[in-house]
Amino acid sequence: MSIRDIVILDYGSGNVRSAQRALERVGATVTVTSDFESAVNADALVVPGVGAFAACMRGILEVQGDQIIDRRITGGRPVLGICVGMQVLFAKGDEHGTEVAGLGQWPGVVEQLDAPILPHMGWDTVRAPADSKIFDGIADERFYFVHSYGMTKWQLNEKTFNRASPVVTWCTHGTDFVAAVEDGPLVATQFHPEKSGDAGLTLLQSWVRSLY
Amino acid sequence: MSLAIRVIPCLDVDDGRVVKGVNFTGLRDAGDPVELAARYDADGADELVFLDISASSGDRKTMLDVVRRTADCIFIPLTVGGGVRSPDDFNLLLRAGADKVSLNTAAIADPNLLSQAAERFGNQCVVLSIDARRCPPGVSTASGFEVTTHGGRRSTGIDAIAWAIEGAKRGAGEILLNSMDADGTKTGFDLQLIEGVRSVVQVPLIASGGAGALTDFAPAVNSGADAVLAASVFHFGDFTVAEVKQALNEAGIPVRLMSH
Repeated sequence: MSIRDIVILDYGSGNVRSAQRALERVGATVTVTSDFESAVNADALVVPGVGAFAACMRGILEVQGDQIIDRRITGGRPVLGICVGMQVLFAKGDEHGTEVAGLGQWPGVVEQLDAPILPHMGWDTVRAPADSKIFDGIADERFYFVHSYGMTKWQLNEKTFNRASPVVTWCTHGTDFVAAVEDGPLVATQFHPEKSGDAGLTLLQSWVRSLY
Repeated sequence: MSLAIRVIPCLDVDDGRVVKGVNFTGLRDAGDPVELAARYDADGADELVFLDISASSGDRKTMLDVVRRTADCIFIPLTVGGGVRSPDDFNLLLRAGADKVSLNTAAIADPNLLSQAAERFGNQCVVLSIDARRCPPGVSTASGFEVTTHGGRRSTGIDAIAWAIEGAKRGAGEILLNSMDADGTKTGFDLQLIEGVRSVVQVPLIASGGAGALTDFAPAVNSGADAVLAASVFHFGDFTVAEVKQALNEAGIPVRLMSH
């Protein structure tokens, strides 16, 4: 098996060093770049994201991340979105009553969670379906979340294109929200696997192995 | 199941070295923050706090290297505070690998710093650290608690609970609440202070100051803390992070238990 080349899309989002080191720890070769061709052609692309939906979308559009992700997904090439990097994959984000267009890979609006304490910050349990690949062996572990917004209504239940039905993992903080999605080449987690200790490393390792 | 209560060790770092005694056996270098961080991670720490107490700006550059080396090998959240004065300081720490940055004195001097940092980096990485105490004679606030600076030596006359409300409103995504009365006493957390802040603030609350026994932690959580922080009791080996979690677990409080 050759080592997989992974690009972390660099569009000015917070701490990407941890994601880089965590992926390297599980055997990948990682480049942090906004270079279009590298991002399109890498064995896999990671889209990080912290902070506000609108700010992340601006950063992603500035580096043509929308086209990069479209090209990759159309060609069946793996993409992993993390935290706000997952949220922007939906059609829209709603922040303080203002709707911002997302990348539209999945339908739905990302909204503020209805919970007494926000952000949802810390280690939480998830409910992963039995056919989840990324949670294989770690479905009972806790993962590190830090976010105030989320997808509470998953709308894509039917099989689309030539893909299998999406595998959706849930978490609850005040309300139920999507913790992770495995949809063919497009995988995303609301939590930070690179900050989730051994469980997170195991998840990343499963994802990297799925690239072979 | 629900969100786990976090147990957080705090390390004071001066010019890249851990200060205050550390009494661990089997460490190659008890003064190396990275080695200690790895030890706490292995012991089940849910998060780590580095407090930079360096006096000079040159020494604070050393902190960036410490943060980088920690983020390279420890895959749990890392908060860094001490000497942070501008959004650019924030940026340097986040890019080095910090997940959250805490503000204390600089936010008192210029509360706009909280909103500037939150706008630029998101409120999830802005921690407001408050050193609070019961008002001494001659100082009076509505809540009876005031904010101090200089490690509790200087009075500000600012109401600590009102400051927590304002800090969260301005963009702090978390409050690190240090009781200067309880700090160092090992007689337990200041539950009244925790309750006072919890009842008015809707962001996560880390309780700090006063931990001396395993039985001290559950009352802090029952008073409204989302996380508990301690320093010397861990460094001196009074008990371990794992033992604190076990005690919380036995008190019916959800914690992240290590599977290995």
